[in-house]
Amino acid sequence: MPTLSLPLRPARPVPFGLLLSLLFLALLALAAIFPGWLAPADPLLADPLNAMQPPSWQHWLGTDPLGRDLLSRVIYGSRYSLFISVSAIALAVSVGTLLGLLAGLVRGAVDEAIGRTLDVISAFPDLLLALMLIAFTGPGTANLIIALGVASVPRFARMVRAQTFLVARSGYVEQARTFGLPWPVLVWRHVLPHATAQVPALATLGLGTAIIGTAGLSFLGMGPQPPTAEWGLMLAEGRNYLRNAWWTGVWPGVAITLTVVAVSTVGRRWQAKFEGKRP
Amino acid sequence: MSSETTPLLNAQDVSRRTRTSPLLWRIAGRIGSGALVLWAAVTLSFIAIWLAPGDIVSLLVGEQVSTPAIEAAIRAEWGLDRPLWQQYLSYLWRIVHGDFGRSYMLNTDVGALVASQLLPTLKLTAAALLVSVVFAVLAAAATAHRRIGRSVAGGLELLLASTPSFWLGIVLLFIFSFTLRWFPVAGDRNFAALVLPALSLGLAQGAVMAQVLRRGLEDALDQPFSLTLRAWGVPGTTVRLRHAALPAVTLTGWLVGGLLSGAVITEQVFSRPGLGKITVDAVLAKDMPVVLAVAILSALVYVVMSTLVDILSLLIDPRLRTQAEKE
Repeated sequence: MPTLSLPLRPARPVPFGLLLSLLFLALLALAAIFPGWLAPADPLLADPLNAMQPPSWQHWLGTDPLGRDLLSRVIYGSRYSLFISVSAIALAVSVGTLLGLLAGLVRGAVDEAIGRTLDVISAFPDLLLALMLIAFTGPGTANLIIALGVASVPRFARMVRAQTFLVARSGYVEQARTFGLPWPVLVWRHVLPHATAQVPALATLGLGTAIIGTAGLSFLGMGPQPPTAEWGLMLAEGRNYLRNAWWTGVWPGVAITLTVVAVSTVGRRWQAKFEGKRP
Repeated sequence: MSSETTPLLNAQDVSRRTRTSPLLWRIAGRIGSGALVLWAAVTLSFIAIWLAPGDIVSLLVGEQVSTPAIEAAIRAEWGLDRPLWQQYLSYLWRIVHGDFGRSYMLNTDVGALVASQLLPTLKLTAAALLVSVVFAVLAAAATAHRRIGRSVAGGLELLLASTPSFWLGIVLLFIFSFTLRWFPVAGDRNFAALVLPALSLGLAQGAVMAQVLRRGLEDALDQPFSLTLRAWGVPGTTVRLRHAALPAVTLTGWLVGGLLSGAVITEQVFSRPGLGKITVDAVLAKDMPVVLAVAILSALVYVVMSTLVDILSLLIDPRLRTQAEKE
């Protein structure tokens, strides 16, 4: 019990976890870009004689009901999961920054219109909004990216808008304006960099959510279709073989969880840098 | 807001009005803006149908073979021969009266279909809500400002928050249903069938909530009033629980949105009946009337919950009330 608790935050622990996370993410990036270097086998190569083998020296993570090597499938799977979630976040960041900047600079009716639209979008739970969009466009990788991206636009737009407000009111922008800088230069050189300073940290945190969202929607069959090695899709297949082959339902989930833990650790550390600071 | 008072009122009335009416006005304003968002959401769904590529009749028919009889029924139901603004008004009118049209794919009324599947999903969401709030409040209250406790709980929360809830469900299924045989594998027959789905859905959300609560709680415990309360002899646990519960209320709106999303997948993992199942089937079959009904319904739940929560926190937290009075 803190008898005389001063408003001190406990000292930040040594960022060993951060180091581990960065290392894991580097390995993951390697797996996503050059899966052939790490994977022992072809992820789509069926081998019925070796179906549903438990983990062994030959198949480190075991094989699935078609005899495909699970380690190879998990490694190749990083490609889809990362590609879809990174693209979705990139889409959300670009659209969100644009809207936020517009709302924060123009204000008035434009700000009101953008703000209300974002309110309406966020009234639908993320995943249901994505499902609704997919209902119009149909399942598939590109549609999944758009659906997930649109659902996370409000987060980025709101943050950039709030920051733009503060930056536009700040002394250095005022001063730059008195120098007679044309407004595109002013926005590009002085407002944008400061208004978006926190975006990479927020995007990293959002990436974690997007990875879980990607896996969830693929699990429901809204993303890449079989026989693609995608983590969520692999879990959907593995769920049906739990009774006889638990490993089919475990490894892709471990991969998702570790990835999200690593991404969140990096994102949080990054975000902590901005706390209590004003642009 | 005090400009609302007229000179005709006597001094006592003025003081009473300035004391109560800002709060009432705030509540009324919050309800109004909630209604506005809902109206906009319904309008958005109408626009979406019109902007979607292709012919509106074939969109509403879905992936079923269309017959002239069905097409005629859709034209009549949506009033496609009338001007757009009349179609829009009648659409609004029908939605307000709970008439979500007809699913031509399942050949049933969408309102009845949704209503029949509502209960299992509500049960799951409510149970998961209970799991997350209890987990979050306990984890935050037990470990705030305690070195070892908070790092252990922090690690567990990071892990839980990073775990996709449907995978947690798969793991729980394997351990408790297939191996230990404690709980049924699928269905919605009794209370036991609700335990694993509620845990898998609620824990991830509860973990995120616990992290937010602990921060709020630690900030509150750092305030001088906490020390005063302790000096008065109020038990530490009471102070902790009370100040952990406050931010919990404000987070509930966000939580319900997340749980509704998660319920769709969780129902699939545990082969439970409910809105999730009909939603996924409708999306894959492009059964738009059902998809729109579920979307509007979830927006309704979300808006109602967050409006209630905002009003509730206004009533619970005296600090927000004084802010309202100052305005």
